[in-house]
Amino acid sequence: MRPMPEAGTREFRGKPAAPGLATGTLVFLDEATNRQAETSDAAPGSPDEEARRLREAIAASGEDLTALMSSLDEQSAGIIEFQIAMLEDDVLVEPALASIGAGQGAGVAWRGALDEQIADYEAAEDEYFRARSADLRDLRDRVLRHLGGGLQAQAILGGVVLAGRDVTPSRFLETDWSRGGGLALRQGSPSSHVAMLARARGVPMVVGLGDIELSDESEVLLDGDSGLLIVDPDAGARAAFAERQEAARNTRESEDEFRSKPAVTRDGTPVSVMINVADPDELDALDPSHCDGIGLVRSEFLFHGAGGLPDEERQYLAYRRILTWAAGKPVIIRTLDAGGDKPIAGLTAPDESNPFLGLRGLRLSLARPEVFRVQLRALGRVALQGNLKIMLPMVTRPEEIAQAKRLYAEALASLRAEGTDCAEAPLGMMVEVPAAAIAPELFGEAAFFSVGSNDLTQYVTAAGRDIAAVADLNDTLHPAVLKLIRSLVEGAAAMGREVSLCGDAGGEPAQIPALLRCGLRSLSVAPRALGRTKATIATTDLGDADG
Amino acid sequence: MMEEASVFMTHAIGLHARPSVKLTKLAKTFTAKIELSVSGEGPWIDAKSIVKVMAAKAPQDTTLFFRAEGEDAGAALEALKALVERDFDEGAADAANA
Repeated sequence: MRPMPEAGTREFRGKPAAPGLATGTLVFLDEATNRQAETSDAAPGSPDEEARRLREAIAASGEDLTALMSSLDEQSAGIIEFQIAMLEDDVLVEPALASIGAGQGAGVAWRGALDEQIADYEAAEDEYFRARSADLRDLRDRVLRHLGGGLQAQAILGGVVLAGRDVTPSRFLETDWSRGGGLALRQGSPSSHVAMLARARGVPMVVGLGDIELSDESEVLLDGDSGLLIVDPDAGARAAFAERQEAARNTRESEDEFRSKPAVTRDGTPVSVMINVADPDELDALDPSHCDGIGLVRSEFLFHGAGGLPDEERQYLAYRRILTWAAGKPVIIRTLDAGGDKPIAGLTAPDESNPFLGLRGLRLSLARPEVFRVQLRALGRVALQGNLKIMLPMVTRPEEIAQAKRLYAEALASLRAEGTDCAEAPLGMMVEVPAAAIAPELFGEAAFFSVGSNDLTQYVTAAGRDIAAVADLNDTLHPAVLKLIRSLVEGAAAMGREVSLCGDAGGEPAQIPALLRCGLRSLSVAPRALGRTKATIATTDLGDADG
Repeated sequence: MMEEASVFMTHAIGLHARPSVKLTKLAKTFTAKIELSVSGEGPWIDAKSIVKVMAAKAPQDTTLFFRAEGEDAGAALEALKALVERDFDEGAADAANA
């Protein structure tokens, strides 16, 4: 247990916006920097004179941004490009020019016009649009600085924890983060451009700290994982934090070392490591060369949008984007696995007494062929775009595969009849229902098997992991679960079928060695578990029978 | 003559910063007067103004309506519709940047 903090130590809780741990001196961003521009407006010149000053300040700001953009990576450049486009739009300037025409100085007029835009964004319902107010503030302040006679932004050295109400993207980009540091903001948003940049660059960031009392140059510890700011820490808090930083650094180094390499056990056995994808946006931050393909695409992501059930075109475009990313590596798309803990309005049965044993997965797709057909047509079309495999969830009897194959053949036939290009992809199955795991030989129609260890474990142990009182019974390492997986791997080998595993257990260091000892040589894991999975595989010795 | 087109937008966040930059830049390459609306009945906004396009705050799963008037109106509508259909060419960098 941690000792009670000494009187000096204070803790403030905000929202985590970028993970990581930082220590340093608190530096307040000067919120008064821009006042100078308005004081120079005390005696404005003629409207023509003020309009010319504003135009010049805008042009100079555009030049700043263009120069800044040229030194940035693509993601950061995109954010600045947006600011440049806004600045070049006369619609932004017109209200300020009108105020100048009415006798205002350039600084006051510009601030008034931009504050109106900022208020409009701040009132948006959508968090992403709301977060754009920080970009507008950035533009406002940059132009004001130029109006103030070239007054430059407060110089920021790296290695400090920046604090303030919010921080602008250009301020973030102008700061040297190579020496560490972090961001502790009273307001701010995890959806802001700065938060995106902070996550991409590994700069810890906490937002929403509220109206707390902070003084410049305090020593702080910033925990971007949990959203905690510790001010004036005592020796105990500092030591505990340093220990966590050290552990995180070691883990990160070992994961970074393994992430980009093929996975091999200590005795030299290669293991294929693929990723599970629940949302194609996750792929943006990932390098396809770090995995052996996508072992599971949860197509449910398409069915949760506000627009209702997705049409064929929308599904096709989403699948194509994933196949394009994989660049020829295998991509296993699972057909809709709704039901159980994943209800979908208008599709799943609303009042089943036990949804995990109900109409879910392939059972639901076969009961609603009009919905299934749309997905099969989209998959038929997209098969031409890469190395596609299709996986059926919750298969319980071989007849279900035969029925799905019939519908798939019909979908392909209808596409061909319309003259639409399409191709047939291999049709495999998840193994999560014990009936399938016990007797894989019944399922010769399946082109491949993939163990769904989450559901298989809960069905074998009759314990749901979402029910706290029995969660400890829900254990993939239960000898009965492992015995079943081993027998499935042997059965699949006898049938000449590949078998992989795509449940959470595949990415858990405590469970990976046991799974490899069952004979599994292919794991599909959450992208964030890629490094630790490969690192764990590397320390596993399959030649050592006791290990 | 006024020409019109509509297209369903599925971009992960909606008509956001980066997609808006691309849309307005493309619109500016045509001489026609081009407007867009999120309802089909207006209000119609200038598709060449990023300030106005962003202010429309069009979320994901919105149908965008375009109308254009001028010599190259037909080509402009084709090009804008194609951009939205291609999800703003944002295979790799979209949501993180939007």
